[in-house]
Amino acid sequence: MQIIFQTKEKTLIVKLIGELDHHVAGGVKERIDKKITSGAIKNLIFDFSALSFMDSSGIGVVIGRYKLIKSLGGSTVIVSNAKSIDRLLNIAGIKKIISVENDIEGAVSALKEG
Amino acid sequence: MRENSAKIVVMSKSENESFVRAAVAAFVSQLDPTLEEMADIKTAVSEAVTNSIVHGYAEKKGNITVDIYIKDDKVKITVTDNGCGIADIKEAMQPLFTTNTDGERSGMGFTVMETFMDNISVHSIVDVGTKVTMEKTIGLKTL
Repeated sequence: MQIIFQTKEKTLIVKLIGELDHHVAGGVKERIDKKITSGAIKNLIFDFSALSFMDSSGIGVVIGRYKLIKSLGGSTVIVSNAKSIDRLLNIAGIKKIISVENDIEGAVSALKEG
Repeated sequence: MRENSAKIVVMSKSENESFVRAAVAAFVSQLDPTLEEMADIKTAVSEAVTNSIVHGYAEKKGNITVDIYIKDDKVKITVTDNGCGIADIKEAMQPLFTTNTDGERSGMGFTVMETFMDNISVHSIVDVGTKVTMEKTIGLKTL
């Protein structure tokens, strides 16, 4: 699993490339949490546009980081346009608490509105 | 009439999760599934295998057997472990139920399997093991 971090103002953009499953989830969580707690981060954008696979382990990654960001007074937004990931987010109820946007621009403006 | 079968046996190591779902996907491709059907099957298999590793064997060593049986346009996949078993299957299958208390497992595994496959059944005996059977008919939605 390749992770690309990018910081825009106080928003951390986390781009995940590859397959997100239980095997890699622990390491992914650790790396993101380190990034969040090491800098002046308020908001988080999960960029799932380059994810080729995700199972419910990904839901755990999202919910844990959502809680952490919330405790810091920030918001979380997801960028995803894959049907299968969308269904997973739907049945887990993620879309009720986190907005899902088609691209980074949409996510950034969702954070501004939010 | 089409009939075919395959069996995959792996050690309960998390790095095998990606191997098993890729192998199942490769075998199922003979049914010419859509990308969405393929993603559904890969996700369901990944959930079942992860359950065996995390819960069945609780990170201990053991084997996980995955049987794939194709009959006409139907695929049946069973994931079997010889792990600790599930005492209360009904409770385990409840959405959001998890034995993991650090809040990092979503408890959605069985719900995902139920949603992404046509049907699923779970047989388990405590200290003997667990067998999850899932079925899906390919091409149902395009008819």
